[in-house]
Amino acid sequence: MTKLPAWIDILLIPFINLIIALFLSALVVLYIGENPLDALSIMIKGAIGSSYGWGYTLYYATNFIFTGLAVSVAFHARMFNIGGEGQAMLGGLGVALVCLMVPWPHWIVALPVAVIGGALFGAAWAAIPAYLQAKRGSHIVITTIMFNFMASALLVYLLVNVLKVPGSMAPETARFAEGARLPTGHDMLGWVGIKFSKSPPVNISFFVALASCFAIWFLIWRTKLGYEIRAFGHSESAAKYAGISPVKIIMIAVLISGALSGLMGINSVMGESERLVLDSVQGAGFIGIAVALMGRSHPFGVFLAAILFGILYQGGAELAMWTKIPRELIVVIQALVILLTGALDNMIRMPIERLYFKMVRAGA
Amino acid sequence: MEFDTILQVLDMSVRYSIPLLLACLAGLFSERAGIFDIGLEGKMLASAFAAGAAAYVTGSAVIGLLAGIFASIVLSAIHGVASITFKGNQLISGVAINFLASGMTALIGQNWFRQGGQTPALSGSARFNDITLPFAELLKDVPIFGKIYYELISGHNILVYIAFLIVPLTWWILFRTRFGLRLRAVGENPAAVDTSGISVIKQRYAAVAICGLLCGIAGAYLSTGIGAGFIKEMSAGKGFIALAALIFAKWRPVPALWACLLFGFLAAVETRFQSIEVPGIGTIPPQLMLALPYIFTVIILAGFIGKAIPPKAGGEPYTKE
Repeated sequence: MTKLPAWIDILLIPFINLIIALFLSALVVLYIGENPLDALSIMIKGAIGSSYGWGYTLYYATNFIFTGLAVSVAFHARMFNIGGEGQAMLGGLGVALVCLMVPWPHWIVALPVAVIGGALFGAAWAAIPAYLQAKRGSHIVITTIMFNFMASALLVYLLVNVLKVPGSMAPETARFAEGARLPTGHDMLGWVGIKFSKSPPVNISFFVALASCFAIWFLIWRTKLGYEIRAFGHSESAAKYAGISPVKIIMIAVLISGALSGLMGINSVMGESERLVLDSVQGAGFIGIAVALMGRSHPFGVFLAAILFGILYQGGAELAMWTKIPRELIVVIQALVILLTGALDNMIRMPIERLYFKMVRAGA
Repeated sequence: MEFDTILQVLDMSVRYSIPLLLACLAGLFSERAGIFDIGLEGKMLASAFAAGAAAYVTGSAVIGLLAGIFASIVLSAIHGVASITFKGNQLISGVAINFLASGMTALIGQNWFRQGGQTPALSGSARFNDITLPFAELLKDVPIFGKIYYELISGHNILVYIAFLIVPLTWWILFRTRFGLRLRAVGENPAAVDTSGISVIKQRYAAVAICGLLCGIAGAYLSTGIGAGFIKEMSAGKGFIALAALIFAKWRPVPALWACLLFGFLAAVETRFQSIEVPGIGTIPPQLMLALPYIFTVIILAGFIGKAIPPKAGGEPYTKE
């Protein structure tokens, strides 16, 4: 009688956290002088009320699934990879190089290579922090923060000095060839005869993200390696005693994490902008933290949380368009979600635990 | 290179290093007490906004400073409640605080001033203006030393001098007072402190509060000292460079001063020259100059040049046995 039932742990507590976060945000909206209920309805209508809204919501969600999974995998090994932002930037670079290097005949050939390119570059950017943590005990939170800043400096340098189209002022690469263009939601639903808005950037990467969810679930809960990662995350000393190598687990978990962040590039760089621009990640690496916390590091939870944040992002954009509530409201909501589900978890959990066990005892 | 140019760059280095120094010392108090703080950035930003807004409304830089300190301490209190009282993850709490500051300053800034998140420009008594030290004008024409005194040492605002004074003060508090001994002890071995009948919780809250105070001064310096008003995201990663400097200095106050001056110098060189020609090597791009503090920190963390060992109990919430 010491553990809460699963539904309270993974459904009720995150739900209560979300409600509190939204309630606090509603107070902010009220302070700005808008009606929070109207704001909520504009957000929901804007995010899921049309195929246009859905197209954007799922596009954002695709980014967040990748970065959320990335943070989750590292969390299972009790590593806090805060470097998703930098790893996604480098992943985008990898995807862009793949797309620019070869005149691809068709996206079916281009996509798998781009997936490899993005994952490889993302993992490479996580490799040094992973190695330093595993071998030298350098705190991975600090090193990955430093690598985020280095990544953005590197990207500015490359885009300004190396990859820019000669003669152009804009720090961006050339547009990718037509053969590297991924099918959008409009294209894909068109194949089965369903009408879908033409403009939103949702694309086939969404399915790559779903496949990644499944693959990570399988890895963590159905393979020996996944078992080792979880065992290491629960107790490093017990894992060591069982013959699990900490260096191996840290390296593998963080490299997979970096690769997942890097994969975001196929959605944002190949699917949306179709060229590499300076700010292709736009904070999605950090949102991955909120998504992983909210989703309790489980791929299905990450999927749901990513959709939720997709709705918040698209809804927030609509809100900024129709009301005087600036877009930054979503940053506030995001901060509150991270604070409540991550740092203040015990504040909600302890009273619920007490209440639950009291009810159980009364019932028994 | 001309003497005047060198002086200009050094003067700029001092100006750039002040917010780093204040935030770095803030982090030092917190981390020495065992509370990791990656929310320095957010606290600085919140303070910069509060200071800028209050200084604009009241026309007083001092009231701005107090408002900045207040805002920063509020965020510190959230960090304290999450990581001390509720034993939450200190790193995650820090991340949340950075986002909270980033979102709220933009949101409230737009709502109050309707200038895209900025405060209106500050002038006169709403800013900490540069002070000319005694005899500076008189000694201006004395070669070398007079010039150094006039250009480099004189002519900064009061917060600059305060920041430099806080360095020895921090050293004195940490290493020469009972409070400092206890503060360092809760960061190394909280159980021992608890056994001797001193409250770990109170001691840690005190450290976090001092951290808030210093970040508050750092933020006020940004919007009412070196700058003339608040600009969205004006902390621009300085809180993280301060964190890097803290590691670079191995959590000690005097080396923290040198680390911050070094990082300030790198920023000043980048601003002044853009790209630098090094004979035999070629041009060093400005992006590399900007990335150097981070690269240095990773090298130091890796332990190839002396090992940076954080306080032993850092990041661990304390649970009474």
